Amino acid sequence: MLQIDEDACIGCGVCEENCAFDAIHVVDGVARVNDNCTLCGSCVENCEVEALHIEKSDQDGHVDLSSWSGIWVYAEFRHGRIAPVAFELLGIGRQLADQRQVKLSAVLLGHGFSDEAEQLIAGGADFVYVADDQALEHFTDDAYGNVIIDLINEHKPEVVLAGATAIGRSFIPRVATSLKTGLTADCTQLAIDPDSGNLLQTRPAFGGNIMATIVCPNFRPQMATVRPLVMKPLETDLSRQGEVIQVKPAAARMDSRVKVVRCVIEEADQVNIVEADVVIAGGRGLENAEGFSLIEELADLLGAGVAASRAAVDSGWIPYPHQVGQTGKTVCPKLYICCGISGAIQHLVGMQSSEVIVAINRDSDAPIFSVATYGVVGDLFEILPELIARLKEKR
Amino acid sequence: MNIFVCIKQVPDASDVRLDPETNTLARDGVQSIINPYDRHALEEAVKLKEKFSGTVTVVSMGPPQAEDILREAVSCGADDAVLVSDRAFAGADTLATTYTLSQAITKRGKPDLVLCGKQAIDGDTAQVGPGLAERLDMAYVTCVRRINDLVDGTLHLERMMDDGYDELEVKLPVLMTVVKEINKPRLPSLKGKMKAKKLAITVLSAEDIGADIKQLGLAGSPTQVVRVFSPEFKGERTMISGTVSEQAAQLAEKILELV
Ligand SMILES: Cc1cc2nc3c(=O)[nH]c(=O)nc-3n(C[C@H](O)[C@H](O)[C@H](O)COP(=O)(O)OP(=O)(O)OC[C@H]3O[C@@H](n4cnc5c(N)ncnc54)[C@H](O)[C@@H]3O)c2cc1C
Ligand SMILES: Nc1ncnc2c1ncn2[C@@H]1O[C@H](COP(=O)(O)O)[C@@H](O)[C@H]1O
Repeated sequence: MLQIDEDACIGCGVCEENCAFDAIHVVDGVARVNDNCTLCGSCVENCEVEALHIEKSDQDGHVDLSSWSGIWVYAEFRHGRIAPVAFELLGIGRQLADQRQVKLSAVLLGHGFSDEAEQLIAGGADFVYVADDQALEHFTDDAYGNVIIDLINEHKPEVVLAGATAIGRSFIPRVATSLKTGLTADCTQLAIDPDSGNLLQTRPAFGGNIMATIVCPNFRPQMATVRPLVMKPLETDLSRQGEVIQVKPAAARMDSRVKVVRCVIEEADQVNIVEADVVIAGGRGLENAEGFSLIEELADLLGAGVAASRAAVDSGWIPYPHQVGQTGKTVCPKLYICCGISGAIQHLVGMQSSEVIVAINRDSDAPIFSVATYGVVGDLFEILPELIARLKEKR
Repeated sequence: MNIFVCIKQVPDASDVRLDPETNTLARDGVQSIINPYDRHALEEAVKLKEKFSGTVTVVSMGPPQAEDILREAVSCGADDAVLVSDRAFAGADTLATTYTLSQAITKRGKPDLVLCGKQAIDGDTAQVGPGLAERLDMAYVTCVRRINDLVDGTLHLERMMDDGYDELEVKLPVLMTVVKEINKPRLPSLKGKMKAKKLAITVLSAEDIGADIKQLGLAGSPTQVVRVFSPEFKGERTMISGTVSEQAAQLAEKILELV
């Protein structure tokens, strides 16, 4: 519960302004909390006279922390290849493991592997647990979840990370619930708290308007899904040594209540914008579907993916899988070039963590310029053809 | 068919922002709305009910004001509404939320189907659906974009994946989370509005759902928020000026440095 020290409270109202939930009001010179309170803590943080406290109740039943050790990453494997996010997880996982002076392990589930386990060792893993079974050929929440739950219970890692992909975000929450531990979704930063050794998990909330750092101090494992393309993979090092451990889950644990009839890959011939290093995006400023041919030309030249604002998608100029933003995809390429996009917050949240952002817009006040690395005020129909011509020259 | 839909009241995310100077939450005129994805979950539930008969119960865990969204849901076709509300729920993370929701749903009957939104736009976790399924010991499918059929108690549906979609079959009971592509939510009907006005919404407390206090709210939440702050926009911005061809030339140079 939120405790208010009425003697300390000066009724300044900062807490009231801070509250996103309309849960705290100054009445007769003293802050009062109502039922809307979610204990998010932003009032406590901002109270200058320290009149507010959240009483963290003792969590009993918590686990013996010392018996949990090691960092694990789930290495997603689908359609015959390891998802790039797995190597990114090994990159950050290596740092965390070295800091904690523990081992880094990868878990690989699926069917018909060749040298994938070795790839994971070259990517930083000390151990790779491999379950290769016909029953794991297709992803199912039940089978993949059960196998990982059993492995975690057996080996007791202190941290378990997975990619915040469609698969990771589907089965990992069930794993965490079954283990009765905490799970932080879609993290963009991970670090070890030097004092406690706990994992500091930072993630965007409220559609990217706010960042929050979350810990799971009393339960193990500490679990997080991690947004793809945020963490850096290590250089592949084929001389790295590691151990591959084959696991044979019981058949019953690989049963699934959901049956996979067919997997359809839709974007096979297009560059997947979530994984692309360069993304070219177009918005309403392109005026019509033909406008996208300029974007496509530039994208072809740079081997880039094509993205769009919702306005462009809603106008039917390009299909939904290309939409970036709150209700579309989140991308984080090395270079994001957006043309004729105003930069509404719902678009920004999907692309603002890109390394370099180039914005082309004829309105110098467009909000997109607030996140741009390079801004070009001008008409995209004039700039893009020139730009394309120059790039062609140089290549 | 006994269908439950979990809906959450959320602040309209586009309005919530930290003041960059004071690092405080600016909530001027922030509206509370039904989580947008949950509208699609409700619509799908109502469509299924219309086709296969049954009842649709909307459930929300939240403060007393969440009654507003429950009434709105009834005006859009839900038959019954349950508000799970108690101070003891405050500070719940997804683990405590799934516990509370599962206790409430079990109290109200045996579900054939539970529908959730893909994620709530305040937390964006997408964890409550799968977690709730585990609590209820139900099969589940996330990110459902289409229900193709329901034959002899088996659902045929499509789950959105990062690179396409999977076609799946699953026997009821099932929990699903839905994406917005699944349907276009209807507007409230006049009849629905009348019903919503009159309906007595059941309010369940921690005691009513027979909850173990230790698993509720902050006490039942393994995760704790230790810091809230504004995202940093990577400062330095360079405007590229000049004539069109000068701009294009400079831009080309910058781009070639990067790729
Ligand atoms: C709940 C919700 C969710 C949403 N989710 C998303 C989402 O996921 N993704 C998303 O993108 N949006 C989303 N939106 C919509 C968002 O608010 C904006 O409406 C949308 O991003 C605007 O798209 P736009 O920038 O292409 O169009 P506009 O805002 O119309 O901007 C067009 C821009 O092009 C410029 N322009 C025009 N002609 C030229 C020219 N010849 N040369 C150069 N510049 C030119 C204009 O100056 C203007 O800045 C969401 C909205 C809501 C309410
Ligand atoms: N407090 C709540 N009450 C009812 N349903 C909820 C609540 N929180 C989450 N949900 C449901 O779970 C889905 C996913 O939420 P989240 O895991 O918070 O992103 C939402 O779309 C809702 O359907």
